[in-house]
Amino acid sequence: MEHIRTTKVEHVKLLDRFSTSNKSLAGTLYLTATHLLFIDANQRETWILHHHIAAVEKLPLTTSGCPLVIQCKNFRIVHFVVPRERDCHDIYNSLLQLSKAAKYEDLYAFSYNPKQNESEQVKGWQLIDLAEEYKRMGVPNDYWQLSDANRDYKICETYPRELYVPRTASKPIIVGSSKFRSKGRFPVLSYYHKDKKAAICRCSQPLSGFSARCLEDEHMLQAISKANPSNRYMYVMDTRPKLNAMANRAAGKGYENEDNYSNIRFQFVGIENIHVMRSSLQKLLEVSGTKGLSVNDFLSGLENSGWLRHIKAVLDAAVFLVKAVAVESASVLVHCSDGWDRTSQVCSLGALLLDSYYRTIKGFMVLIEKDWISFGHKFSDRCCQLDGDPKEISPVFTQFLECVWNLTEQFPQAFEYNEAFLLQIHEHVHSCQFGNFLGNCQKEREELKLKEKTYSLWPFLLDEQKKYQNPLYKPSFSPNLTLLEPNTVSFNFKFWRNMYHQFDRSMHPRQSVYDLIMDMSEQNKQLEEDIKQLEAKIKQKRGRSDAVLVKEHQQSAHPAPVMLKTPPFFKKDQPLIPLNDAVLIFAFAQWCLTRLQREVSVPCQLLSALHLLYQLDSDFPLKNILYKLVLYHTSETNITDNIGKRYQFVIV
Amino acid sequence: MSCSRFLGSVGTIIIKCKDLRIIQLDIPGMEECLNIASSIEALSTLDSVTLMYPFFYRPMFEIVEDGWSAFLPEKEFEVLSSVTDEWRLSYINKDFSICPSYPPVVIVPRSIDDETLQKVAVYRHGGRFPVLSYYHKKNGMVMMRSSQPLTGTNGRRCKEDEKLVNATLRPGKRGYIIDTRSLNAAQQARAKGGGFEQEVYYPQWRRIHRCIERFNILQESLIKLVEACNDQSHNMDRWLSKLEASNWMTYIKEILTAACLAAQCIDREGASVLVHGTEGTDSTLQVTSLAQIILDPDCRTIQGFESLLVREWLQAGHPFQQRCAQSAYSNSKQKFEAPVFLLFLDCVWQILHQFPCSFEFNEHFLVTLFEHAYASQFGTFLGNNENERSKLKLQQKTMSLWSWVNQPEELKNFQNPLFEANSLVIWPSVAPQSLQLWEGVFLRWNRPSRFLDEAEEEMRRIIDYNRFLLDKKLQASGEMAWIGSLGVKMTLSL
Repeated sequence: MEHIRTTKVEHVKLLDRFSTSNKSLAGTLYLTATHLLFIDANQRETWILHHHIAAVEKLPLTTSGCPLVIQCKNFRIVHFVVPRERDCHDIYNSLLQLSKAAKYEDLYAFSYNPKQNESEQVKGWQLIDLAEEYKRMGVPNDYWQLSDANRDYKICETYPRELYVPRTASKPIIVGSSKFRSKGRFPVLSYYHKDKKAAICRCSQPLSGFSARCLEDEHMLQAISKANPSNRYMYVMDTRPKLNAMANRAAGKGYENEDNYSNIRFQFVGIENIHVMRSSLQKLLEVSGTKGLSVNDFLSGLENSGWLRHIKAVLDAAVFLVKAVAVESASVLVHCSDGWDRTSQVCSLGALLLDSYYRTIKGFMVLIEKDWISFGHKFSDRCCQLDGDPKEISPVFTQFLECVWNLTEQFPQAFEYNEAFLLQIHEHVHSCQFGNFLGNCQKEREELKLKEKTYSLWPFLLDEQKKYQNPLYKPSFSPNLTLLEPNTVSFNFKFWRNMYHQFDRSMHPRQSVYDLIMDMSEQNKQLEEDIKQLEAKIKQKRGRSDAVLVKEHQQSAHPAPVMLKTPPFFKKDQPLIPLNDAVLIFAFAQWCLTRLQREVSVPCQLLSALHLLYQLDSDFPLKNILYKLVLYHTSETNITDNIGKRYQFVIV
Repeated sequence: MSCSRFLGSVGTIIIKCKDLRIIQLDIPGMEECLNIASSIEALSTLDSVTLMYPFFYRPMFEIVEDGWSAFLPEKEFEVLSSVTDEWRLSYINKDFSICPSYPPVVIVPRSIDDETLQKVAVYRHGGRFPVLSYYHKKNGMVMMRSSQPLTGTNGRRCKEDEKLVNATLRPGKRGYIIDTRSLNAAQQARAKGGGFEQEVYYPQWRRIHRCIERFNILQESLIKLVEACNDQSHNMDRWLSKLEASNWMTYIKEILTAACLAAQCIDREGASVLVHGTEGTDSTLQVTSLAQIILDPDCRTIQGFESLLVREWLQAGHPFQQRCAQSAYSNSKQKFEAPVFLLFLDCVWQILHQFPCSFEFNEHFLVTLFEHAYASQFGTFLGNNENERSKLKLQQKTMSLWSWVNQPEELKNFQNPLFEANSLVIWPSVAPQSLQLWEGVFLRWNRPSRFLDEAEEEMRRIIDYNRFLLDKKLQASGEMAWIGSLGVKMTLSL
């Protein structure tokens, strides 16, 4: 709190980032311990979490005030104009301090307090159980076992405690291999393909220099290839460009020499390093943030940034990996330099393509826990959680999400989750509101006692999973362990507008088919329920006198599974119940009510008919309906044929 | 269809279609292959219109409503005259003598007589005097279209033209002239006898220049774009730079921007607008028709859109036969070939993409129109204007596309299940980030679309099921009310 000098500034203007006419909204700016809040004249609130702020910039004073530009890690950019320079300066200084935490304990997660009791907190952290996940994959088994070598983080600080290795890899082999690998990150299991008996393993680069070799490491790789009875060859994928890998040799690192390892096929796949990715994103954002951008500047900027090229490279690498596993039943060892950036991308995307479980909401959480969190992707450094080295920042995880998004675009029915889910995860990777992504590795997380002091993100996402469900998801799209084969021709990769312009609503389609379908499938469930209840009531009231009708309705009381498959000709087959005018009107009004949320136009004759009805019988529960109808009444009739027919009935 | 051949031991024919599809046929036997190739070549480059498919096509369906008479100007005018009496139908062009590219009937201000029109026609390129294109019911503002005035280098004026143009203004109001050429191009046009309205003679009008490209520039753009889309070996940088170099998306943005501008003048500024370029048969029509889609909800229905095409493209004299002769694979440089109409459809698709619930039709409808504009069994898009069409006796000798489209069972395929009438003006975003490559046309044959199609089907199913359930609930509620009413007094007769 000591950083906050001014908590409230009035008459602040929020400029539209892309408007050329300097459109703005006036309002009040508040500074709290955790958020920056702007409330405009329409009482709309804009909340910005301090940790989301990537950069604050004070522009030269103008006649209308002092401009303050805030760039967020979730790609929101807000442009305020503060009337008095002193206020602006205070806010600027406060934000500079507040957005950069010096130590983990200052992060929002440590003060965030949702309404959860202790047991819920513990349960939340237990939601994702990696041991369970390895069991699901089919390990331990005859070939693979749990190793306790790293139980105390003695062999590799950045790996988790529980590691799965080939049964034939003895402890001395593990220790020897780890000494020959950068940061001690020796080859371990990342994903096991039950059907093919092939494994995806991960590690860091070998310390081979120009000629060094390590027998234990060679044994380790041999153990991995022997653990696969289907194919004795294994692939070693170095995800770096060849040139980078060769340059590393001078520093005593490098890549595997095929002559020293038996039965390996070595392959470079050429994904660029974190620095290239960082500056690529920088360029992309510069282009996409330009006011009055022309199409050609956009396209050439997109090209020059290289961003989509990198996305394609990552996905291409994953496709290569998957082909080796699925087509050749070969095991694959993936590494880059330290094995926590590109390796995480490729291993997790590979698994996602191979195993439909990771295309479910829960499965995706597991995947992130496994390949990113537990294997020590340096979230803290990459997302700049603490005030640290800016050269460590890199959008590696964002790229992973973008690859997944591209896949969801190509396979709209293969994923249980939707774009909003990916965006929400991205939001929280940077928000530091939950403990999951804090720190750089498991050891660090344990030391921070995150499980006691903070909350896990996953149960919160599961609680609101309705928002993240893909209404088009078809579990049978790709039965367990069927491969997704994405097309990676360049034109399939698109600029992810909803990520990079998530907050620039003026650029989005004004109507979203997706949201509508989502609402509809939600409404469908509700309607099924309503109809069931109504029909039960009708049945009860009617008794057994009208057996035929009741039977009719019994059939349709459970429409879901059958109807889901029948084409929509049902309207014609449904006999209309004999109705008198009043019932028709009432029914129509009801129908209108259900539709009103979607702004249907209503014929004016009907309005007068309803009005007449209301005058005739004031008990008729139409007052409310009438009122709403008048509100929504626009001009012409636009109702479905079916209703149109009945409606004519009413008027005649 | 254009066709080229490469012969090896087995003859190979590669057929490049106007809908951008490429088919390869391997034919055993050199001679047969050559024969087939030359037949295709000959049949796909017929000289005479009357030898084309529409003249031989016999429909297998029963005509319920004849598309030729579905959109008569008189009918359209009836609607207009119900809201205003400031306009009249003029039959001055009934024998196509005043303006060969205009229809026999046009709508002009009531206060302007045919004699004046005749004088104005002489002053406008190709005789295309200003006529009514659109009447904005909301505020009574109008959009007119014409061709350029023939001012020439010495700044010739025409008082009748000024009178006609001013007759569309409300007292004390100003209007906008949207010239679809750059100022430079408009000035240069004077050397060839053309020109633009000078401020001194049109003091109540403000002229705005919006450069929309024409002719071979557009055609080259299409060729480059299709080439880029067809090469799957491009790496990312190459693909993006090819897409950029084609300029296609730039043209989309230009056209949409100009249309938005026209719509803005009418709806936001409450001003009347006159749109023209040089001939008034290409960019002018793109702007006037897109502005109507933005402004007028009727144009977003299937019937309304068909009517718009008939009014603003067919009757307005867009030379379809010249513009849509060869499509993207033309090797001979056709002077008049240009994807003006395809650009228009692409722009409509962009708006549809941004307002997916505001259109009664779907993407498939637009793709179908694209196909038929270039090659069709129907006579609708034959000829360059109404004059030529009447000479070809298309009405008698060929079938109208609308007769086929408007059959209930065909219409089903073109309907957008998400359509909810939206009476508002819809303003599309023209930011490059909001515009997309129209994959349904340009990548249609280059990528597997099975998964996308299935997803679409699933979407349709959810919507249909929703309708079904709403209906069912309504029925059940009705029944409930009925049962309830048995006990309560509720005998009403309306």
